[in-house]
Amino acid sequence: MENIDLDLNTQSVREINQFFHNLNSSDKREFEILHPNGAHNIAVGLDAPITVHIRGHAGYFIAGMNKQAEITIHGNVGWSVGENMMSGVIRVNGFASECAGSSGHGGLLIIDGDASSRCGISMKGSSIVVGGNVGHMSAFMAQAGYLLICGDADHGLGDSLYEAIIYVRGKIHGLGTDAREEQMEEPDYNKVSELLDMAKFNYDPKEFKRVASAKTFYHWSPNSKQFSVL
Amino acid sequence: MNPDQSREENFSFNSKILNYIYQAAETGVYDIRGLGAKRHVPTFDDLVFLTASMSRYPLEGYREKCKTKTVLGTRHAKKPIELDIPITIAGMSFGALSANVKEAIGRAATEMGTSTTTGDGGMTQEERQSSKTLVYQVLPSRYGFNPDDLRKADAIEIVVGQGAKPGGGGMLLGLKVGKRVAEMRTLPEGIDQRSACRHPDWTGPDDLTIKILELREITDWKLPIYVKIGATRVKDDVKLAVKSGADVVVIDGMQGGTAATQETFIEHTGIPTLPAIRLAVDALQEIDMYGKVQLILSGGIRTGADVAKALALGADAVSLGQAVLMALGCNSPHYVIENDNVDVTSEYHTLGTTPGYCHHCHTGRCPVGVTTQLPDLEKRMHPEWGTRRLKNYLQTITMEMTTLARACGNSNVHHLEREDLVALTLEAAAMAKLPLAGTDWIPGEKGI
Ligand code: SF4
Repeated sequence: MENIDLDLNTQSVREINQFFHNLNSSDKREFEILHPNGAHNIAVGLDAPITVHIRGHAGYFIAGMNKQAEITIHGNVGWSVGENMMSGVIRVNGFASECAGSSGHGGLLIIDGDASSRCGISMKGSSIVVGGNVGHMSAFMAQAGYLLICGDADHGLGDSLYEAIIYVRGKIHGLGTDAREEQMEEPDYNKVSELLDMAKFNYDPKEFKRVASAKTFYHWSPNSKQFSVL
Repeated sequence: MNPDQSREENFSFNSKILNYIYQAAETGVYDIRGLGAKRHVPTFDDLVFLTASMSRYPLEGYREKCKTKTVLGTRHAKKPIELDIPITIAGMSFGALSANVKEAIGRAATEMGTSTTTGDGGMTQEERQSSKTLVYQVLPSRYGFNPDDLRKADAIEIVVGQGAKPGGGGMLLGLKVGKRVAEMRTLPEGIDQRSACRHPDWTGPDDLTIKILELREITDWKLPIYVKIGATRVKDDVKLAVKSGADVVVIDGMQGGTAATQETFIEHTGIPTLPAIRLAVDALQEIDMYGKVQLILSGGIRTGADVAKALALGADAVSLGQAVLMALGCNSPHYVIENDNVDVTSEYHTLGTTPGYCHHCHTGRCPVGVTTQLPDLEKRMHPEWGTRRLKNYLQTITMEMTTLARACGNSNVHHLEREDLVALTLEAAAMAKLPLAGTDWIPGEKGI
């Protein structure tokens, strides 16, 4: 099928998003977005099983609230890529800035490089696979879903976690409040292997550690430590 | 010495403070409660209207028309909100409130031609169906937030803060986190849920500018975008909200309510609604955006007089929360089933309170079935009855507001102005920057 080119040198973000929003929700075509030049809000609110290639670096909120679409950014992205995504696949070939995949309800976000702080903050059922390292406070208050980190995790990992599960291959520089490392079991190895396959990363699931909630914040109690003496 | 002579109450350690210390010493945790600040602060009751006489002539109170139509979101949205009255319903979550209450609110608001607002936890199908004009909140928690509901909304409200707890996140204690609420919020059933106080995907006004553009892009620039802030540094915050691209700024004063938060937040943070509106108007005027960005005021608005005063001070509309719950029976000694009053005073006592003093929404055991998720209690507030009550209440305060507007010589409630008001107390005069009644003295003006 023929690719359709959209060019941010000659079209506005508004025109390109409107074009996508006018598509039929069963439209399966493939699109290229040329010259993103760091623009924000490209390909947000999509709801069709289309394939989109963004050829270059892009700004904030790229592919926000995505449904169905498969979107690849051939470059780096700014804050909050794939925020509140519902389904579909988003892949960043480069690095992602802060809050990547925040509040994702479903679908898969893959970041080939590093992701900055608060990756997977508030996630609610999506899966995020990071090829490199993640910054501090990643998966903060994450409620459901999986964050798989092939590199290291900076301090405050999984602070105030709910039911989301984190897998880390590299070094954990510090766990957040109420997060704890747990034994990997058979279902964990299977899940890690499944996520690695989907992201096309070639690591041994046996190298990964599991981080989950200690659940001491689930119920209001004077014994859940709510202040720091340091 | 006669023991009576030594009975002088300690001002610093009075009985209220003693109880507070005893309870803290007993439990090791702070108090959580619902509703808003209970302490006395300067309010709209400290202002009066200078209605018409010789210098202006009034309109006939019952016959002459007085327009109440209100348009919100004219700055950027392709489809601004058009309301029949400038009285809107504030965001209150399904979870904090029962489904029956959400339905009654939607139906009454629709009958009165005004808007209602979702809350933490997302949009229920029932409230979308019952509300003609529905504002969809974007909250820090993003519970249940999704682009389909976003596109179904008539306006979007980004909640930065709330008057009862500016700088704090929401709470919903376990008893209210039943199956449906838990599913909507993607949380385990029965946990004491504490939501975030910061948004997950932006932190400052520069990011918010881009976030607002994202929401506009997703909704094809159709919907107005409100930014709601708890009243603290009002001038700076209003200017930053406008800079970020807001069509409408919602200011919630410290008397604003909540379903549950720490008592220390409710009573000790934020500024009252009265100075908040004046500061918000000043802010818009300083950046030449007054009339271009609309202002909605909330936080303890109760009567038609309150609404008229808010409008005279420069608000385009008001938003009601607690008063709505009270119209539906909150703090009443009885609930009504098939025209019979059923006394529930003893149930208030079980909660450790009594009708007229209750602020126990956080418990989920509301004796009149307003702030509950328990099926037996929820039945006590029947949607038909609630719709009628709330509609009556909104109608009453609308009529009061128009009565005052006409008496000031206005055929449109939006023509009420600051010059129509004076203050009865020094504090109110200083906060609202209005003359003290009987003088031309505005405290703080001209350096005195
Ligand atoms: S009566 Fe119900 S709604 Fe009113 S304060 Fe008590 S618990 Fe809350």
